[in-house]
Amino acid sequence: MSELRLSRAVYDAMRAHGEETYPYECCGALLGRSTPDGWWIEASIRAGNTRTDSAHNRYEISPGELVKIERESRCQGLSIAGFYHSHPDHPAQWSQTDLAEAHWLGCSYVITAVANGKAATTNSFRLAGDTEENKRFEAEPIAVQDSASQPGADENCN
Amino acid sequence: MTIFIPTPLRAYAAGKDAVEVNAATIAGALDELTLEYPDLRKHLFTNEGKVRAFVNIYLNDEDVRYMPAKEATEVSPTDTLSIIPSIAGGCQPRQWTQSRRRIAVAE
Repeated sequence: MSELRLSRAVYDAMRAHGEETYPYECCGALLGRSTPDGWWIEASIRAGNTRTDSAHNRYEISPGELVKIERESRCQGLSIAGFYHSHPDHPAQWSQTDLAEAHWLGCSYVITAVANGKAATTNSFRLAGDTEENKRFEAEPIAVQDSASQPGADENCN
Repeated sequence: MTIFIPTPLRAYAAGKDAVEVNAATIAGALDELTLEYPDLRKHLFTNEGKVRAFVNIYLNDEDVRYMPAKEATEVSPTDTLSIIPSIAGGCQPRQWTQSRRRIAVAE
C-alpha cells in the first residue's frame, strides 16, 4: 500500500486553510516527488474555489490557476502529486462527486473534515486505476514528518 | 514547441514531463505527440476524436477552448502547450445534517 508522506508544515497548512474558508470548501494542490513507497509532499499551494454558487459542498480549481501551479511545480523541480480540499461539517471520506470529478490517476486526494469551524479528521485517497472506466479511490495512510520543513519557492520561478 | 505532460499521463509518455514537437497548429502538435506516444490517445481524446471534456489544453496562458480557431490555431516553436485535467469535487449536500452528527460522534 502506498503512503502519503508530508511535513508537519504542509499538513497544518492544509487544515488551517479548511478552517479559514469554513463553512465553505477550501482547495489546493500538493507538490512533491514520487518514491517507490508513494508521494513525498514538499509543498502545498492554496487555490481559489471557483464554485462560488455552491462553495459549501463543491470545489473546483480553475484550469488557468492549475496551469500556473503546474509551472510553479516545475520551477521547484517538483510534480503535482495531488490535491486537497475540505468537507465542512461532513466526514473526511470521498464522495461520489469527488470520484466522478477526479481525473489525476495515481495522485493523492486529501480531504479534511471541518466540524463547526475546527479541522477534524484528515484522510488521503489515491486515485487508482489506469482509465476513467476503472478508476477508484484507495485509502492511503498519511505519515506526517515533524522534522521536515516546507521549502520555499525558487526565487527564479516566474 | 514544448508540450507539458501532467503527472497522471507521464506513464504513457515514457515518464517525460515535457515533449518537444514540430507542428504548425495545436491539432498538429497533439497529433505528433500521440503518434510518438500512442497510449496517450485514449486519455486525451474520445472515440470520436474530440478532446475529452475534462482535459484542458492551454496554449501558453490561453484556454484553447475559447480561442477563435481552437485546435486549428497556429503555433510557433517558442509556444508551450499545457495539458491539464480538471480538478473538482465536493461533499454531498443531502448528507449534510447526518454527517454533522457523525463527525461529532467520531471526535
